[in-house]
Amino acid sequence: MNVLRGRGRTATVLALLAASAVGLSACGSNSGSGSGSSGGGGSDSEVDIVGFSVIKSAYDDLGEAFAKTADGDGVTFKSSYGASGAQARAVVAGQAADVVAFSLEPDMTKVVEAGKVAEDWNTVGDTKGIASSSVVVIAVRKGNPKNITGWDDIVKDGVGIVTADPGTSGAAKWNLLGAYAQALGEDGKDTEAAETYLKSFIGNVVSWNDSGRNATDAFLKGTGDVLISYENEAIAARAAGEELDYIVPDSTLLIENPVAVTTDAPEASAKFIEYIESAEGQKILAADGFRPVIDGVEATQTEGANDPANPFPTVKNLTTIDDLGGWSTVDDKFFGDSGIVTTLRK
Amino acid sequence: MATTTQVPAPPRRRPRPVSSGRLSGASGLGLGVGVLWLSLIVLLPIASIVVVAFQSGFGEFWDSVTDPEALDTIKLSVGAAVLVTVINAVFGTLVAWVLVRDSFPGKRIVEVIIDIPFALPTIVAGLVLISLYGPQSPFGIDLVGTRKGIFVALLFVTLPFVVRSVQPVLIDMERDVEEAAASLGASGFTIFRRIILPTVAPAILAGSALAFARALGEFGSVILISANLIGKTEVSAAYILKLIEQNDTTGAAAVATLLLVVAVIVLVLLDSLQRLAARRD
Repeated sequence: MNVLRGRGRTATVLALLAASAVGLSACGSNSGSGSGSSGGGGSDSEVDIVGFSVIKSAYDDLGEAFAKTADGDGVTFKSSYGASGAQARAVVAGQAADVVAFSLEPDMTKVVEAGKVAEDWNTVGDTKGIASSSVVVIAVRKGNPKNITGWDDIVKDGVGIVTADPGTSGAAKWNLLGAYAQALGEDGKDTEAAETYLKSFIGNVVSWNDSGRNATDAFLKGTGDVLISYENEAIAARAAGEELDYIVPDSTLLIENPVAVTTDAPEASAKFIEYIESAEGQKILAADGFRPVIDGVEATQTEGANDPANPFPTVKNLTTIDDLGGWSTVDDKFFGDSGIVTTLRK
Repeated sequence: MATTTQVPAPPRRRPRPVSSGRLSGASGLGLGVGVLWLSLIVLLPIASIVVVAFQSGFGEFWDSVTDPEALDTIKLSVGAAVLVTVINAVFGTLVAWVLVRDSFPGKRIVEVIIDIPFALPTIVAGLVLISLYGPQSPFGIDLVGTRKGIFVALLFVTLPFVVRSVQPVLIDMERDVEEAAASLGASGFTIFRRIILPTVAPAILAGSALAFARALGEFGSVILISANLIGKTEVSAAYILKLIEQNDTTGAAAVATLLLVVAVIVLVLLDSLQRLAARRD
C-alpha cells in the first residue's frame, strides 16, 4: 500500500507540474502576441489570425501569397485555428486577435457584443464581411450504392443520416437549415412542408457529432448512408483521398463565412482581408473548395471536386440566410430553447 | 508516506502520521507551497465553476440541473461510470494478478501496451473503437449509437487505473504468508478471501476511484461511438459542451457542479471503504 501511495503521489505531482507548465507557456505566448499586435505601424507588423479549423489551409496559402504583394510586404502571421464557437469564446475571453474568421455569423456576434469587433463589420467591402462561401451538400458512399439523388431520397425509410450536431457545432446549423430551406417550395413560403421534411430528416439521423470533422470521420468509418456536409468539406475530403462522393442538390442553402478585423488591429489586417476578398484571394480559396464570394473568379483547379474543371455547379434554387430572416431571427427560431430543431429532436 | 515528525512514532502495527505537534521548518514550507499550488490548480477552478453555477441564483441552478435532458445525461454518465468501475475492479485485479503471478510469452509487451488506453488522445481512441465496433467492424459488432458502445469505450480508457494500482501491491506481497496458510490447510479461496483480498482491497478501491472519475467526465472516446442521440446516448460531457456552445455558461456550470457533487460523494465513499479495508488489514 505504501508503494501505491508513493506512486500515486508522484504521479499527482507530475501531473500538476505538467499542467502548470502548459498553463505558464500559454500565458507566455498570449502576452507575447499581445505586444506584437500593438506594436504595428509601418509595413513591418504581425497579424494574429484566429479562425475556424476548416479555413486553415486556405488561409495559410492566402497569408503566403499576401506577403508577396506590396501591401503585405514585411507582414508576418501568427495563427490559431479551432472550432468556430470555441475560437469566438477565446477572443471574447481575451485571446489576442487581429483578424477573426468564423464559420457562421452568430460566432461573430459574440465578439461584436464583447466589443472586440466594430458593429458595422458586415458593411465592410463589397462582400459585406463575408470572406468565403459554400453550399450544403449530400455526401454518399463511393459509387452511391443507395442511389441518392437529392433531399427526397434521404428521408426514406432505412437511410441513415450523419451530421454534425447543431448543439455542439455552430457550423452544423447550416446543415439543418439547408434541409429545412430546400423544402420551402417554389415560392419559399411553405413552412409547413419544410417542418414536416425536417421532422423526417431528424428522424433518420443516426449520428449527431460534436464537429463537422468528427461527423466526416464517423461517416467514413461506416456510420450511416449519407453525410450532410459542406461542399468545401466534401471536396477537401476527396482531395485527401477519402472514399466518398457528393451530390450538389438542385435546391440548397448558401453557406457564408464571416471575417472581420478587431478594433485595435494593425492596418495590415484590413489589407489582408481586402486581399482575401480580391479576385486573386478568391482564386486561392476556390482551389481549396470554397465558392467565390465575388463575380468573375474562374476556378478550374479544384482538386477533389466532382468536376475539377467546373468545380462549382450553379444551384437552381439557392436559399440564403437572409431569405430565412437573417441569423438574428433564425438562430432563436430554430435552435433556441423552444426552437424548431430543438423541439423536433426531443 | 508520513510527514516528518520530530519524535519517532511509537511502534504500532500501522504507523500513522502524528496529527498534533508542530511542523518542522522544511515540512511547513512544503505544506505551504503544496496547498498554494493545489489551490491555484485545483481548488480555484472548481470554486469558480460552483460560483458561476449559482451566479443567477439557486432557482436558475435548479432549473438547469432538473432539465429532463440534463437528468438523462447525468443518469447515463453516472450509471455507465458505476458499471464500468465495478467491472474494472474485477477484471483490472485479474489482469494485475496474471501480470504479477504468471509468466507467459509476450508478458513484457502486455506490460507496455496496458498503459496505451491511458496515453492515447481520447479522440484517437474514439476513432479506433468506431473502426472495431462500428458498422465496418471486423467482428460484425455494430455498437454505434448504443449504450453498449459508450460502455465499451469507457472500459477501454479506464482499464489501466485498477491494474496499475493493484500491481505494485501484489508485487510487494509476501508470499510466505500464503504458503503458511496453505500449509495449515487453507483452501485457495480462503487464502484469497482472508489474505490476498484484504491486502489489495485498498489498491482496488483507489484504482476504482480513479476509473470512476475518468469515466464520469469522459468525452473524446465516447463521442463518436455514442452518436450523441438525445435522451439515449448523450453523455453529460457532450451536453455541457452543448450548453457552452449555446452561450449558457451558467447552465453548463450547474450541470458540471452536479457531476462534481456526484464524483465527490463516490470518491468519499470509496475512500472510506479504502480506510475500512486498510484498518482490517
